[in-house]
Amino acid sequence: MTADPALIWAYLTQGPLLWLTATLGAYALGDAVSRAMRRQSWANPVLIAVLALGLLLTATGTDYGTYFEGAQFVHFLLGPATVCLALPMHDNLARMRAAALPIVAGLLAGSLVAVGSALAIAHLFGLGPQVLASLAPKSTTAPVAIGIAERLGGLPTLTAALVLITGVFGAMVVTPLFDALGLRDWRARGLAVGTAAHGIGTARALQVNPTAGAFAGIAMGLNAVLTAILAPLVLRLFV
Amino acid sequence: MVPVLFTILAFQLAGEAISRALDLPLPGPVAGLVLLLAAMWLRPALAEWLRAAAQGVLAHLSLFFVPAGVGVIAHLSLLREDGVALLLAILGSTVLALVAGALAFTLVARLTGQEDDP
Repeated sequence: MTADPALIWAYLTQGPLLWLTATLGAYALGDAVSRAMRRQSWANPVLIAVLALGLLLTATGTDYGTYFEGAQFVHFLLGPATVCLALPMHDNLARMRAAALPIVAGLLAGSLVAVGSALAIAHLFGLGPQVLASLAPKSTTAPVAIGIAERLGGLPTLTAALVLITGVFGAMVVTPLFDALGLRDWRARGLAVGTAAHGIGTARALQVNPTAGAFAGIAMGLNAVLTAILAPLVLRLFV
Repeated sequence: MVPVLFTILAFQLAGEAISRALDLPLPGPVAGLVLLLAAMWLRPALAEWLRAAAQGVLAHLSLFFVPAGVGVIAHLSLLREDGVALLLAILGSTVLALVAGALAFTLVARLTGQEDDP
């Protein structure tokens, strides 16, 4: 029997089990903290899990490639989970059809402001065209955002990071923001967060209210298409 | 459980194939979502059959973003140069987009008489 911890560690780091377990464990921790804080929006489970795993990777000197070999199984499930968003949308179909005009208006305004104001602020700080192109699609779901950024001459990895930061921030700010504004329409709240903060915002909306979740889901899907059209046009104003 | 899982994956697969074939600006899973929604509209029994599994997955939708989120930490050096400006652009534009989207929705809902939720 080998009792050398270094050998056991070396063995474990070769398979996907270790980092798959760590990912689920970190999320369970984040979810437990979020629950203990009665789902206060600043206690975002994704943020907590990501920070815990970031610390763990740094402490053990593990690179992202090794980590992702285990975590890819969780990452893969994002696809099937997105397909499952059809269920809350199906349940709210009558409501969404009745609100078709408000949906179009909210989507256009939210999408245009998300791209335009981000580029305006970045332009004000003198950021270059490559960074602007990476920033423009940050409110859409990651695979679409990366595709748009590539077409515009941006950096895909930078876009991926900006998309994630946007999602986590949107999910954290949406509840206190709309509570402070006294905005109580769950349809409007969901639509806005799905447009501004894609899937992570949608995950937050589903946690708060099923109608908000359905409207966030449709906004996320439609905004992926809309941003693909709008982002190149708006970017032209700044470069 | 296996037939349910198969169905969800099959819709994603069909979505990926259609998105590629027609060169849509939609990721495969979102195209799969649209296909599944259409199928549920045609056959409402499908929604009930998938309900337990879909609700289970969606209750932890946040989990599936964790691996990509860890990637941000791994690529923090990318943000070092323009980090503050990018962060301000994200914070500012996200708040503005949330307010603009919700206000436009509410305004048009009021104008079209859709303000009261059934």
